[in-house]
Amino acid sequence: MDAITVERVTKIYEPTWPWHRSSTVLSDVSLSVSKGEIFGFLGHNGAGKTTTMKILLGLLRPSSGTVDVLGAPAGDVATHSKLGYLPEAPYFYDYLTAEEFLEFYGKLAGMSRDAIQSRIPTLLEQVGLQEAQRRQLRKFSKGMLQRIGLAQALIQDPELVVLDEPMSGLDPMGRKEVRDLILNLREQGKTVFFSTHILSDVEMVCDRVGILAKGKMLALGKVEDLVDAHLAQSIEVVCDGVIGKQIEPVRRLALRILQSGTRCLMVLPGHECLDEILEALRRAGAKLVSIIPHKGSLEELFVQKSHGEG
Amino acid sequence: MQRLFAVAVNTFRETLRDKILYNLVLFAVLLIGSSVLLGTLTIGEQARIVNDLGLAAINVVAVIIAIFVGIGLVSKEIERRTIYTLLARPITRAQFVLGKYLGLALVILVNIGIMFSMFLATVRLSGHPIHASLFQAVELILVEALLVMAFALLFSTFSSSILSATLTLGIYIIGHLTSDLRTIAETHASSAIKALTTTLYYAIPNLETLNIKGQSAAGISVDLGFQMTATIYGLLYTGLLLVGACLIFQRRDF
Repeated sequence: MDAITVERVTKIYEPTWPWHRSSTVLSDVSLSVSKGEIFGFLGHNGAGKTTTMKILLGLLRPSSGTVDVLGAPAGDVATHSKLGYLPEAPYFYDYLTAEEFLEFYGKLAGMSRDAIQSRIPTLLEQVGLQEAQRRQLRKFSKGMLQRIGLAQALIQDPELVVLDEPMSGLDPMGRKEVRDLILNLREQGKTVFFSTHILSDVEMVCDRVGILAKGKMLALGKVEDLVDAHLAQSIEVVCDGVIGKQIEPVRRLALRILQSGTRCLMVLPGHECLDEILEALRRAGAKLVSIIPHKGSLEELFVQKSHGEG
Repeated sequence: MQRLFAVAVNTFRETLRDKILYNLVLFAVLLIGSSVLLGTLTIGEQARIVNDLGLAAINVVAVIIAIFVGIGLVSKEIERRTIYTLLARPITRAQFVLGKYLGLALVILVNIGIMFSMFLATVRLSGHPIHASLFQAVELILVEALLVMAFALLFSTFSSSILSATLTLGIYIIGHLTSDLRTIAETHASSAIKALTTTLYYAIPNLETLNIKGQSAAGISVDLGFQMTATIYGLLYTGLLLVGACLIFQRRDF
């Protein structure tokens, strides 16, 4: 069953004044996220990621299309008891202590006082803030605010967690901890929908990804499938004892040739031409050093897709 | 209701931890103190001067809190983007608006309570009698503050803080001049001005109805029937404004 279903959603901001132009921030976006899945939402700043998330939470209404979250239309208040949300660059009530802050969000989630009191220490430990339990949020660093934001999103142990750029503002250690936390949520059977532009994070934790650019969904699926389907697999061949540019098939077929003394590195477009190249190298008396298939990365795909749209 | 009260308690705590509020209380203390000083300089009317200035100070502080904290109730949550995490919780937008209102109403109630206690202590220490009329006046000051705050909240659901403050202040001033509006409507030749002033007369609450400070300071009580009617009038108006604020907030995109 799907935790999130977005079908042909378009969001157009109508102008306040007649002389202003309307702006389309989402155009015919469709996606679905299964229960228990970690979904990475990729896109440049201004691609429409936050707008999509706001629509999921009912903070914005789509101009057209339908959105279902946990089996109910987006914005259904009762469903919100089963979801947690961390906005991008969160700002919270800085006059509250970490404990008071989580208590407030626990009450909003409809939790009992006892449940809140037993949940707070666990959560603070989970996000590494147990030392700051009685400290006011105004004394928190950016990274600590991000962590307490995560804690509030998880206060009532939600089924679905929506995180907008959860790794931003965190140091490498903090990012690793958040990654581990997300993976831990998957182990518990939770669904995580998160946006980011840090691609290494996505490759490490996501089951599936969606790439959004200028309000349009450009690619959707498993990272490996997307990379295999959209990027040709190149092959890197290294050999000794030849000048690559002097061999006709190499000159004709290689995408790139790098020569250092008699050592030559060539990048071939795929397996198809490998036999012909190896044969030519053998005839030229080259000594083969290595053949490495070069797999396309999510980063390449992201750059290709984003530029293609731009 | 638990969620509504959670928002109210949080608003109460936020406002109390805001230093502006303490400055306002200090302002009231100074005004009440100066009333005693002025009272000693006046022959025969000391009690009235102390009462007049004391009630006015409470009124001014209550209205300032109602306007300037009231306009930030919702707009601050939007500007700071705390609204996102709040509305992502199982809380309706109406619960949020009413919770914010209730929280500030509590702040105003506590503040008026503290200021009024200080004022009564001042009256007693000056050796003047404490009239029942003073309680009547302060009750209507509270109703007026609740009404003004509802206006501030309503405006802040669809406009910027500065515009909300200007509009609320405008309503407050015009609200005390509605009888003049009626006079203008009756005497002015221009039909456009007649229509405008008549509309304003009916649309804007008559805040003078809630102002009995003058006679209360002199120790003259108002009829309890009038007191009740004025209170119900103010609270009904407040209720309508809150319904309007909830309806507007319900339709907003964030």
